This record gives sequence, structure tokens and C-alpha cells, in this order.
Amino acid sequence: MLTDLYVFADSPVHRARPVVKIAALVVLCTSLFVFEGWIAVTVAGVLVFAGFALAGLGPRHAIVSLRPALWILAAIFAVQLYMTDVVFAGFIVARFVVLILAAALVTLTTRTSEFVDGILSALRFAPSWVPKAQIALAVSLFLRFVPLVRTALDDVREAQRARGLDRNLKAILVPLVVRILKTADEVSQAIYARSFD
Amino acid sequence: MIAFTDVSVEKNGVAILGGITVHLKERRVGIIGRNGSGKSTFARLFNGIEKPTSGRVALDAPHEREALRRHVGFVFQNPDNQIVYPIVSEDLAFGLKNLKLSARETQARIEAVLERFDLTHLRDRFTHQLSGGEKQMIALAGVLVMRPRMIVLDEPTTLLDLWNKRKFMTAIDALDEHVVLVSHDLDLLADFDRVLHIEDGTIVADGDPATVVAGYVASARC
Repeated sequence: MLTDLYVFADSPVHRARPVVKIAALVVLCTSLFVFEGWIAVTVAGVLVFAGFALAGLGPRHAIVSLRPALWILAAIFAVQLYMTDVVFAGFIVARFVVLILAAALVTLTTRTSEFVDGILSALRFAPSWVPKAQIALAVSLFLRFVPLVRTALDDVREAQRARGLDRNLKAILVPLVVRILKTADEVSQAIYARSFD
Repeated sequence: MIAFTDVSVEKNGVAILGGITVHLKERRVGIIGRNGSGKSTFARLFNGIEKPTSGRVALDAPHEREALRRHVGFVFQNPDNQIVYPIVSEDLAFGLKNLKLSARETQARIEAVLERFDLTHLRDRFTHQLSGGEKQMIALAGVLVMRPRMIVLDEPTTLLDLWNKRKFMTAIDALDEHVVLVSHDLDLLADFDRVLHIEDGTIVADGDPATVVAGYVASARC
């Protein structure tokens, strides 16, 4: 799961300030599209793998990070292969792989609270009307509630399967959405109760 | 400790609570009542999650709603809805950050609350990987780390097995803070100082646990 990605360690990458990691990620991702070609992808790939090594992360972490996106990568490759040629399709997929691994390197080495602090630092100079704390909290809640929504989906699907409705999209979505909204309501109460403004 | 003066709550034109006046100063107060009686709404008034449509809720000192939130902690039935961060130590720090405490004070309070409930081994665990009992203890710790004067618990043992329920209640029994417990589990209230029975949005019985619970049980006989 997404929130399982953080790996406890004390490497230089783990210790780096979140805002620096986020900024580096933005620069790297932008560069990959500004400087097109295999050289840029190769250089970025080497940097990302160096980051993995420096953080003490192995191939297993890279594979786990890429696994959820494999079918999307396969679809992109197939479409590009149909529209262009195998070399360009390979280039596009390689670029996405480097982007995903670079993002994974940040999430694997940054706690959610640090990530939130990083976002707050990045928003430090934003205009006063920008709800900085709320944006940061929304990011943390997203990471926290991915597994919860997944569990709710499994529960609803199981309940509907018992009624023979597991292939009925409406029978799954309606109770799921109701449950998520009720959960969201109570979560907002809990956040309020814990002195968040 | 806390006083409700002619408090009413209406939602969408429907009266949920009507004209409640009560002063609670006991250390252990239980709230019972059937489903939909208004007891959870009443509990949510204690720390300002719910706002009265009319009337006033106040701590003994002349505090306003912000003070209620600061001095009264709230534990929900489902800890999954209360835990905000993916890692235990991060979640415990959440409320303290909102209080604008220093990093050193935050860390000291987290260590203290984890030690208090023998939860230190959970400090760096992912919250969604904890058992139901562990999650409820972390939810409780997340409230107590803010050092409230009173703690309100809304059916906190409903999702727990017998062992975790006993462990949780042992922790509650040992608290120095004032405790208000909403529960359908009447055995938990046996040693409490006072029990309120709420029906149809009003307090229909108020007194010692034996008397109030006996009346409640009698009213439930079909």
C-alpha cells in the first residue's frame, strides 16, 4: 500500500530536508521533459539509482514502487508502439519509469509529517489567502486514508457478494460513497477536536 | 467541572436535544440511552464539536468554546476515524503541533504518554497495521498527550474484543482526568460516580449507577 512505502533508516537521503527533496523532484521531472532524448533519461536514471543506493534501498523497493503502474506502462508502450516505433515507445516508458522511481525515492525516505512540513515550507511565501495548513493536512489525510478506503471497498464488495451483487457497480459504489462521506464527517470532527484550526 | 444550561440542539428542524440543564463535577460520569436518543450529540457538546442551538456549555472557569476544545478531549468509537497520520509518533504529534508546542516539549510528551500506557514499542509502527485494541489505545494516547482536564469517550469499546476492552478500561480507570463515558456496556459503569440516562433528547434519570442502570434495564423489557 501507498503508506507502507516509507522505509525506516537513517541515511543522508532520509535526513535531507523534505523541501529540498520535493524541489529536486520537481527539477528532475521538469528537466526530463525540457531536455528530451536518451541522454537526459540516462542521466536522470543514474541520479535516481544513486539516490536509491545512498538511501540504502534495494531493487525490491524499486519493483514494489513500479508494480502498481506496470499495466499503465504496458498500455502506454502498446499505444506508442502502434503510433510510432519500438525505440520511441521504449523511450517514453523509460522516462515514466525514472519519474515514478524518483517520486518513490522521495516517499520512501520522507515521513508524512516531514512531507507536510516540506509543503508548508514551500508555501511559506504564498499569499496569505492560500490555506497553507489545510493544503498540507489534505495531503497527509490522502496518504493516511488510502488504506482505509481500500478496506471499505473490500468490506462493501464482500457484503454485496454475499447478496450476489458483487458485479453490480451501483450496489458497490453507493454504500462505499455513503461510508466514505460518513467517515469524512467524523474525521473532520476528530481533527477539530484535536485543536486544528 | 462543566455546566450545561438549558442546552438544546436542532438539526434540519428536528429537535435532537431539548433544554438540558445539568452540572457535572464527578470524576467518572456515564451516559446511557437507546440508539438515536441523543447521547452522542450530548457527548459532542462537551468539547464543542457540536454547537448548541440555544443554551450554554461552560467549564467551571469562564471559558468559551475554544477553551472547551482545549480542555476536553474526545475519543471516538472508531479509532480509524480519529487517527490522522500514518505513523504512530506522527499522529501523537498532530494535536501538539496544533497547540504550537516546541519540538522538545512535543517529543517529551509523546515519550511520556507512550510509556504511561506501555505503548513505546508502537512508536514507529504504521497506524493502519495496528490491531483494533492498539488503535484505540493510540487514539486515547493522542488525546491524553494534549493534557486535557476532561476526556469524553463515545462508545470506545464497541469494536474491541473482551481482552482489549478490559485493557482499555483498566487504562481509563487509572486516569487522573475527569472521564465521561458513553456506553451500551452497562457493566463498565458499575464503579462510576454518576450515570445519566438520556431518552428522546432529555435526561430522564440521573443518579448513582445501580439505580439509573436498573431503571434503564427495566425500561428496555418488552
